[in-house]
Amino acid sequence: MAGEANPRLARTEVRFGERLTAQAELLRSSLTSGPGILWVSLFLLLPLAGIGVISFLTRGTYGEIELPFTIGNYRRIAGFGLLGFDAQYPQIILRSLLLGAGTTVVCLAASFPLAFFIAGQPERRKQLALTLLIIPFWTNLLIRTYAWQILLGPDSFLARVASTLGLAEAGRPLYPSVFAVYLGMLCAYLPFLALPLYTAVEKLDWSIAEAASDLGADKLRVFRHAILPQLVPGMIAGIILVFIPATGQFVVPDLLGGAKTVMLGNAIQQQFGPSRDWPFGSAIAFVGMAVVLVGLYLQSRSAAAREGEGLL
Amino acid sequence: MRRVSLPLWIASGFLYLFLYAPIVVVIVYSFNASRYGGPWRGFTTEWYPAILANADKLDAAKNTLILGVASTLIATVLGTMLGFGLSRFRFRGKKFFSFLMYIPVVIPDIVMAVAMLMFFRLVRDRFGLFQLGMTTMILSHVTFQIPFVAIVVRSRLVGMDAGIEEAAHDLGATSWQTFRHITLPMILPAVVAGGMLAFTLSLDDFVVSFFTTGPGSTTLPILIYSSVKRGITPDINALSTLIVLVSIVATLAGLLFQRPRDSRQHPGGKL
Amino acid sequence: MVENGVDRSAERPVAVEVDRVFRRFGDFVALDHVSLKIHEGEFFSLLGPSGCGKTTLLRILAGLDLADDGVVRIGGVDASAIPAHRRPVNTVFQSYALFPHMSVRDNVAFGLRMKNVPEKEIATRVEQAIEMVQIGAFVDRKPAQLSGGQKQRVALARALINRPKVLLLDEPLGALDLKLRKELQVELLALQRNVGITFIFVTHDQEEALVLSDRIAVMRAGKIEQLGEAESLYENPKNRFVSQFLGTCNLIEAEVQADEGREMRALTPFGTVYFAKRDRGPAVAPGTRCTLAIRPEKVAVASPGEAGTNKVPATIEELVYIGAETHYILKCPAGKLTAYVMNSVLGPQGLEIGNRVTAHLPSSALLVLED
Repeated sequence: MAGEANPRLARTEVRFGERLTAQAELLRSSLTSGPGILWVSLFLLLPLAGIGVISFLTRGTYGEIELPFTIGNYRRIAGFGLLGFDAQYPQIILRSLLLGAGTTVVCLAASFPLAFFIAGQPERRKQLALTLLIIPFWTNLLIRTYAWQILLGPDSFLARVASTLGLAEAGRPLYPSVFAVYLGMLCAYLPFLALPLYTAVEKLDWSIAEAASDLGADKLRVFRHAILPQLVPGMIAGIILVFIPATGQFVVPDLLGGAKTVMLGNAIQQQFGPSRDWPFGSAIAFVGMAVVLVGLYLQSRSAAAREGEGLL
Repeated sequence: MRRVSLPLWIASGFLYLFLYAPIVVVIVYSFNASRYGGPWRGFTTEWYPAILANADKLDAAKNTLILGVASTLIATVLGTMLGFGLSRFRFRGKKFFSFLMYIPVVIPDIVMAVAMLMFFRLVRDRFGLFQLGMTTMILSHVTFQIPFVAIVVRSRLVGMDAGIEEAAHDLGATSWQTFRHITLPMILPAVVAGGMLAFTLSLDDFVVSFFTTGPGSTTLPILIYSSVKRGITPDINALSTLIVLVSIVATLAGLLFQRPRDSRQHPGGKL
Repeated sequence: MVENGVDRSAERPVAVEVDRVFRRFGDFVALDHVSLKIHEGEFFSLLGPSGCGKTTLLRILAGLDLADDGVVRIGGVDASAIPAHRRPVNTVFQSYALFPHMSVRDNVAFGLRMKNVPEKEIATRVEQAIEMVQIGAFVDRKPAQLSGGQKQRVALARALINRPKVLLLDEPLGALDLKLRKELQVELLALQRNVGITFIFVTHDQEEALVLSDRIAVMRAGKIEQLGEAESLYENPKNRFVSQFLGTCNLIEAEVQADEGREMRALTPFGTVYFAKRDRGPAVAPGTRCTLAIRPEKVAVASPGEAGTNKVPATIEELVYIGAETHYILKCPAGKLTAYVMNSVLGPQGLEIGNRVTAHLPSSALLVLED
């Protein structure tokens, strides 16, 4: 027969040595987590919801936001503008998703060697290698991106190499171009993937790989079946950290890309800047948000399947 | 299986080079004697004092500093409290709110920027508050700084031996005494590290500032952006170099404070 | 409360009383209505395998956990509503839990400082505590600079300085190597005798429990299997679990056949066997089945060919030389028996694998188990 809970002690717990009644815990939660959550909710989450609402409104003659409610903005994004099918915005969205995916793939390819390299260093050098990876990560993206304009400028080393190899015209800069944008994106997002991947590699159980090799598997199969599966959680974390912000990236396509590389970020800036069509801009932004939410949802599913919490 | 092969060295070397190339280029070209940017024309340090003489740039620097310090202070306090609360207490909807806190970390900054802009404009239209300017920038910066500080503080708390606080209570300390004498000193390095990272985030931010700024509140990144649009000049490189150096120092300081004091912690910065 | 057939409750004042304490974690029942009384000045051990509930019980006594049902009394007072920091109880943790940012001296002084004891008195008492556990040499160091054994002593000093009524120790010697552990066991025992307060000690190491304790509670799956003094637990285990947890036992299935006055006769796979009636242990009527147990050191190994009651012919299957003893695994037609023989004569006993011997099971050494 199960013991009946002593009513005096119902829902009281001792945590870290301290007695907490249910009320005490609620009070402390509110006082500690409350302000932070309220702040972020008020200044970000609420506005994001607001953007969702505004995306259904209309642009007034002088750029104000007015009723009526309409789904016209979304129709335009899907390609059905006022004058029939206009592929501009579907293209922009597709291009952004592709940019996000492409950036992710390139970062993955570059992260693997880096992660294994750092994990293979002796302790001292490992810290140094990590620090060296983290520093550019925390350096101003705007500055790093415009620096690529210098690096890809008409008389730069890279431009000259490219023209010698016949890949580009002599005397012309290597930007704006898709190549330049990808270069900038890789530079921006590589640490976002390399760091979680490194963490996963660091925690690798090599004995599984050794056992596989012992049983006769060649290097490729050992990698595919014994090592890669262990890295998947770290990869997923990193992929989310890259793909989502990359699709909405504004600065890199703005500085290194041209008319052919207008992305979500540029489009949003356009509508909130020169074009003054805030409802339409909100709709585009909301599409960007949708990507965020889907990505986060997938991440939390994968994290829940693993252990417990996500990053927080 | 753990030794690093030569191809791996070469590949990684290239990648590190690739990551540092932009930073190095900016620093090097800040000493370029060419007036209008462009190819190298000789060494000079004239651009650095020139910055100091320029009122616009000094203003922007002042704004950047005020913005950075103010937002960091607020965010560190709120973020620490949040990190503490999330790691210690359970409440209804905690999983949901943790999930929400993750949004500022991954969201494209432009989506965040326009959302805030929209919010401030609507509030201004309705209530007259929140004219775009320093205040709105500070409010925005704090918003994306809080989760980072919370993450840093929380992981320090989670990694801490629960027995230590239990021991404090066991020996006769009340909740407040335990917090003051035991918990706080132990998380202080993480709090400082979180603060350093928050400051760097503020310093690095361009997009959010760009959208939430107002007259007279131009920050250095905004200044740099407008200059770049017109064409890169060496004094911009000099300015950027200074910013980069400050970021590096702040980041290193942040990493130093996160270094584990006891063997339980997992080393390494942001994560 | 009756223990081991003798009513002890009137003897000494009770320091801690556990009254039908129940604790569950989700579906897992950690403590299943456990009751016991611990006397003042006793060195009492909670012994059992991992997951048996011993640490949970200790934490409830410390106030670091709350029972779902039942009452805990410390010094006669119901402690359920008293938070950990106001209980007259201190704990030595398995992980030591020293405050890493404070020196040893400040660690030790912590409890007194929190109670606002005047600094002068703190200084004197800290000196006494340091003297007591011999940590004077590194009093100004930080915990990270100490070895396991040193940290252990600091943890002890830090707890004892508060003069608690009861000291709780959660497997404090678990992380130390064997030699250090044995040294500290001796010191701990001396310390307890010296200081005279009640010690409640949790361990999974039966030898440690036997060495240190006045009384031991053997626990399994949230219940107390048997409680008593070390010797009585060892010589009279109640059931299979206790018989195998403290030392080891040969187990013999038996069908009781007749009551023959001072002994009972039973049929076992090893033949007919007589076992003495005891005032402890269950009574068994003829016709019932039971399990008999005999400790290996009580099994006598004699030359082959001797016949008689309780004598079983066997062959030596294995022998293990331990130095002071030799352990034999004897193979009989009905099964195996283990025997420990002391090497009390100089030189080898002259027995080898394959030799035929007779195993003698003295009737007074055969116990009846409850299961």
